Formats: sequence, structure tokens, C-alpha cells
Amino acid sequence: MNILEFTGLVGLGSLLAGFLGALTGLGGGVVVVPMLTLLFHVDIRYAIGASLVSVIATSSGAAAAYVREGYSNIRIGMFLETATTVGGIAGAAIAMHVSGSAIAIVFGLVLLYSAYLSSRHREEHSAQMQSSKLAQKLRLNGTYPTPEGKQPYNVTGVPAGYSMMFGAGVLSGLLGIGSGAVKVVAMDQAMKIPFKVSTTTSNFMIGVTAAASAGLYLNRGYVTPGITMPVMLGVLAGSLIGAKILVKAKVKALRYLFAAVIVVLGIEMVFNGVTGRL
Amino acid sequence: MSDESLTAAKPGSWNDQRIEIIIGTLLRTGVILAAAVVLFGGVLYVARHAHEIPNYRTFHREPENLKSPREIVHGVVRMSAPAIIQLGLLLLIATPVARVAFSAVAFAIEGDRMYVVITLIVLAVLLYSLFGSS
Repeated sequence: MNILEFTGLVGLGSLLAGFLGALTGLGGGVVVVPMLTLLFHVDIRYAIGASLVSVIATSSGAAAAYVREGYSNIRIGMFLETATTVGGIAGAAIAMHVSGSAIAIVFGLVLLYSAYLSSRHREEHSAQMQSSKLAQKLRLNGTYPTPEGKQPYNVTGVPAGYSMMFGAGVLSGLLGIGSGAVKVVAMDQAMKIPFKVSTTTSNFMIGVTAAASAGLYLNRGYVTPGITMPVMLGVLAGSLIGAKILVKAKVKALRYLFAAVIVVLGIEMVFNGVTGRL
Repeated sequence: MSDESLTAAKPGSWNDQRIEIIIGTLLRTGVILAAAVVLFGGVLYVARHAHEIPNYRTFHREPENLKSPREIVHGVVRMSAPAIIQLGLLLLIATPVARVAFSAVAFAIEGDRMYVVITLIVLAVLLYSLFGSS
């Protein structure tokens, strides 16, 4: 495979990954790394460096659209970013010191867990939570738009959510994914923040978290132009197309299909990691 | 812009929603600019090296001139295609950093000291990763 073919194929694959990632809300990063390593036999750290950069592109590119809806909470996001960015640097530092096989195994397990999370039914919390003192002090409580007008919400479980966010940052830096799923669980489940607010705020945080890890990858030479160029352009284009048709498409079937793909990729990653092929 | 959706904390002053909209636009502009630079460098790169065989199977560090911002700029001046791509990627990584820096200013204008401090902590971590971690 020469450079022209490599660039074209990786670009096309990334386009598809970004497209499906946007449609299903799982992000393109989870498919890009397995694609590069399993299909194109790229060293896993190069793959992670490229994926991180594409994660920044999609998060920042989509931010403007999300913000207008008025769901995201900038204070919650910024406060939790103190945990995700430090976690992101820690994760990137770990990735520099462990074997590619070990990263592949963790990656596979996280893929399987993401597939499990995406198959679960999501419900808005019906009961109004009592705000914790810490959340009040940090001014995390807010309002969000509903058909019946502005609905105030209270935040609780700050220490638990904060710790989970650190973990999400570590995963992001170690695996080159946005780890949006973990971020949403931390906000939605641990901190009892409304689901819509959790997902949009998470999307906003993903870019900042990924930037914290990406700096380290860049400095160590793990962001290489020949791979990152087609990945970043492909994922970005794919996610923009995906976001455009998201409104019209019936995503439920696609979601299951994507979850199935992720399960297969997860098993492949674990298998290749355990047998030392990656 | 519909005022109904805005938080009416202090009428006419900065509020979270308006700040976020400005930040969103800033991010979008950064991404478009970065993508354009990467695309330009990419076309140049593929045109010049189309028939070479890439080897990414094993890790070999990038040559020094593509890791530090100053040397990326030097490469760009020489019209080196990988350096132009790398400049675009650097721009992209810089967009969330710019967003955080802008948020710090916005919180300062709002007079929210606690969040100025929180935002500056995030900014410090990001700058450490970009410049202090090599």
C-alpha cells in the first residue's frame, strides 16, 4: 500500500467512523483506533494520537450547535474539567510507559462496556433532587429548557462525580477516545444532572480533555502527520454529515448495529492484546 | 437571537448563554481554519509522496522539527508538507485552549472570582501539557 492508497482508505474509513459516531452519539474515536491498528497495522500509539486530534475536531466543531439549545452548563463543565484534564495527562503518561498490548486489552474492555451502556434505556430523573451544600457553594445548580418552560435542577454527589471524571480523563488520555459515555454516567447517574444537560456539557468537555492529552502525545512524537491528516479530516467531515441528517434519520436500528460492531471490535482488541499481536 | 432563551441574570450584561455562543463560534472558526490548513498540507503531501510506502507498523519518533511549535513554523516557511499538516493540527489543539482562556476573561467580566480561579487552573494544566511536558 503506497501513501496515496493509505491516505484514501484511512480517510474513507474515518469518514464512516465519524458519520456513525455522530448518528449514534458514541463518537468516532471508539472505531478509529481499532480500525487503524487491526486493519492498517498502525502502531497503537500513533493511532491514539490521531484519534485524540479527531476527537478535538468533532467536539469543537459541534459545540456551536449544542450551545444554542441552552442545555450545557459552563460552570459544571469548567469545574469538572479540572479533574478530566489532570486525568488526561495522567492517562497519556501511562500510555507512554506500558506496552501496546496492555493498551489494546484495556481498549477492548472499554469498548465492550460502552456497547453495554449504549444499549441501556435512558430515563430522565423525575424526582427533584435536594442540592448538596458543595454543589451550592460551587454554583453548579442551573436551569434547562423544556416544553413547559425553564426547569431548574439541583446537583448532588459532587465528590463521586468528580472522581469519575478523573477516571474519564485517564481513559481519554490512555486510549485516545472522548470517553463521553463515562462523562455522561458521572453527571447523569452520580450527580443527578438532567440527561440532556449531561450529554451536551459532556460534549463540550471532551475537546478540552482531549487537548490536555494531545499536547503530551504531540511533544513525544506520537502525532504523526501522515496518519493524523486523513483521520482528522475524515472524522470531521463524517461527523458533520452525521449531525446534519441526525434529525431525520431513524437511529435506533443504527444504534444497535453500531453497538454490535463495537462488541466485535472490543473482542478483537482484547484477543490481539492478549496474544501480543498489537 | 431570541432573548427568551437567555438567562436574565443582569439585563444587557454578559451571561452564560451569550458567552457560550461566542465561544461556540470561536471554536468553530478555529476548527475550520485548522481543517483548511491540514487539507492544504495533505494535498501537497500526497502529491509529493503518492507512491512511497508508509511504515507505521512500529513506532519511530517524529523528527525533532515537527514537535515544537517553533520548528513546525520553520518547516512551514520551507513549504514542507508534513510541517504544514502539523501546523494545522497544532491550531486544532489550540482551539480548546483558546476557549478556556476566553472563559477566564468572561468570568472575570462577570465578577465571578471563584470561577476565574477554576478556569485558570484548567488553563495551566493545558499549557503544561502543550509546552511543559516535553
